[in-house]
Amino acid sequence: MGLAKRIIPCLDVDNGRVVKGVKFLDIRDAGDPVEIARRYDQQGADEITFLDITASSDNRETMVHVVEQVAGEVFIPLTVGGGIRTSADIRRMLNAGADKVGINTAAVFNPEFVKEAADRFGSQCIVVAIDAKRVSAADETPRWEIFTHGGRKATGLDAVEWARRMVDYGAGEILLTSMDRDGTKSGFDLALVRAVSEAVRVPVIASGGVGNLDHLVDGIVQGHADAVLAASIFHFCEYTIEQAKQRMAAAGIEVRL
Amino acid sequence: MSTVAVIDYGMGNLHSVAKALEHVADGQQVIVTHEPERIRAADRVVLPGVGAIRDCMAEMARQGVIDVIHEVVRSKPFLGVCVGMQALMDFSAENGGTSCLGVLPGRVEYFGDSLSAEVGGERLKVPHMGWNQVHQERAHPLWAGIAQDERFYFVHSYYVQPARPELTAASTEYGVRFTAAVARDNVFAVQFHPEKSQHAGLALYANFLRWDGRTP
Repeated sequence: MGLAKRIIPCLDVDNGRVVKGVKFLDIRDAGDPVEIARRYDQQGADEITFLDITASSDNRETMVHVVEQVAGEVFIPLTVGGGIRTSADIRRMLNAGADKVGINTAAVFNPEFVKEAADRFGSQCIVVAIDAKRVSAADETPRWEIFTHGGRKATGLDAVEWARRMVDYGAGEILLTSMDRDGTKSGFDLALVRAVSEAVRVPVIASGGVGNLDHLVDGIVQGHADAVLAASIFHFCEYTIEQAKQRMAAAGIEVRL
Repeated sequence: MSTVAVIDYGMGNLHSVAKALEHVADGQQVIVTHEPERIRAADRVVLPGVGAIRDCMAEMARQGVIDVIHEVVRSKPFLGVCVGMQALMDFSAENGGTSCLGVLPGRVEYFGDSLSAEVGGERLKVPHMGWNQVHQERAHPLWAGIAQDERFYFVHSYYVQPARPELTAASTEYGVRFTAAVARDNVFAVQFHPEKSQHAGLALYANFLRWDGRTP
């Protein structure tokens, strides 16, 4: 027995509501973030991630209030990502009750920001979020690149190299999302998860594509992820976190039950 | 009204710690402060901490809380959390070697870059992050109502090695068997984060708020 693999439900929050889109389209309202976070906590979620997908600063303020409310009653680790660009953004989220922040685009445009953030707040609270897309042809050795702007803009950065560099800069964890799979419910890009997980010494959270409970098992067993993140399968009550853990336990994975 | 002071020296997670204590407080007042006289006046004291030990020690010195910590660890129920536990030891290997408070004899060591599971040999990630089992090595009032081998939430790359084995109140396996909690007289300290460990963590904080500082 030892460290459990984690299940992390992710709440995409837009203007104070949890939403979930399929490949960034077809946004569906899934409810109140505080209520949903409370439900996941009761079901045994190991952590909760909030992704702020709003653009305006007014709505950013809403996110701070959501985190404050959740942190007052849910005593498991909380991560907030989306729009984290400055040390002041990090400080605000940590003060609101977040334990970790996810840095995505800001890391791509200013990698030094990750270094500064890790120095100032500690690696334990810096999660670098990587959005990767496969750029190799089917018959080539697989290769993935970092994309920004919801998967629309290529950066030319190799995903595995980038993950290593971010860890060198002080990332305490990598949240790895396959933009090819996100919202498709066809399972993780397992080759991507495995390539990154084996390349870095810090924990890797697999994300993007979970459509059923076996996908979660695959992420751990085949992808060698340390944690698995999913959104829609939990939001619309297709499965509970508890069912997910039972499936993982039945597959021989150590979980917190 | 009985009070618990959470020592605020500008390092991170004290809000989470204070919120969790407030959640389980049964008439006790939770105060977050760096003022020595308020810490000295409290009935119980919590030393939280996240981040790098060098920064934590420097901030404690800058905020002027080191003397009062040395004072209250001799008299009041005292709880160290995460880096707040590590800071109680003599010395940490982190940041090229950092002198700590020396309240308890022992050192703080790094997990290493090539940590692997004792069984199966799976490569283990550092930091040790997530829910792991805490094996209670001896009875203590702070374990009341908490199951043996209960899971708590950890996030750390360094761990405490007390100079005397009897200081270890709990241990956890992660490539090595390390000390997850230490206890001596009125001092208790944990490597994990009770404030992030759901029911078990809240139970530990509730036990601390009831603890008179005596150990059986």
